[in-house]
Amino acid sequence: MTKPSNEAFFWMLFSAGGVVAALLIPVQLFLFFIAFPLGWLQAPAYDSLLSLVRMPLVRLYLFILCSLPLFHWAHRFRYTLYDGLKVKHLTGLIFVLCYGGAVLGTVIAAYLLWTT
Amino acid sequence: MNQDASKDPASYTLYHPRWYRPQVSVYWWLGEWHYLKFILRELSSVFVAVFVVETLLMVSALRDGPEAYAHFQQCMRNPLVIVLNVVSFFFIVFHAITWFNLAPSAMPVRVGGKKLPEVLVAAPSYVAWLIVSAFVCWVVLH
Repeated sequence: MTKPSNEAFFWMLFSAGGVVAALLIPVQLFLFFIAFPLGWLQAPAYDSLLSLVRMPLVRLYLFILCSLPLFHWAHRFRYTLYDGLKVKHLTGLIFVLCYGGAVLGTVIAAYLLWTT
Repeated sequence: MNQDASKDPASYTLYHPRWYRPQVSVYWWLGEWHYLKFILRELSSVFVAVFVVETLLMVSALRDGPEAYAHFQQCMRNPLVIVLNVVSFFFIVFHAITWFNLAPSAMPVRVGGKKLPEVLVAAPSYVAWLIVSAFVCWVVLH
């Protein structure tokens, strides 16, 4: 009998994060971190951006935008270190750092979005 | 008595059978385009994490007030940050394209017992990508 494994759970988080990253990050990244800083497009004023971020649906959107892709990163980065760089002896530490980072980022996102 | 044992070569040999354990270099992925593509795709996840950190910094600055937000915007205009974000953009678009193109292999769609062509399975993802991107632009810019 094989041991029950959590791999499917982590894979689902990875997969959901991959979809969110593919659909949403290119446009978000292009607007906020390329087009606005370079002045290609008129950035929204502080007040209008703040009131946008305070809308409940936008808070939820930003939470999903930050949290799920972090779990996507944790899964991929973990296997890049295992397979790509062949650091197999640190398996436990890498696992804790990757998923610990994702959980920490999720908690910070929840706190920031809740208190903004 | 001892001579008998040394005359029988089958009973003991100096040669230890070697395990078949080929040595793979740490740089195994540099040799072939397919392997390099795989590693580049996996590395895109690092830029995903960078984007999340930047977004959290932006929300944090918004939360702290107009001055903090102006300072954040100033930091984002730093040429090095712009270069990082342009590189990130290409990596994440690469992730998106490989992700959408994998969907037909991950879940082949069958209609009437026949597999749909891969283009038809991948196409809806690209349409969704376009619509979602246009919607985000509309919400942010209008």
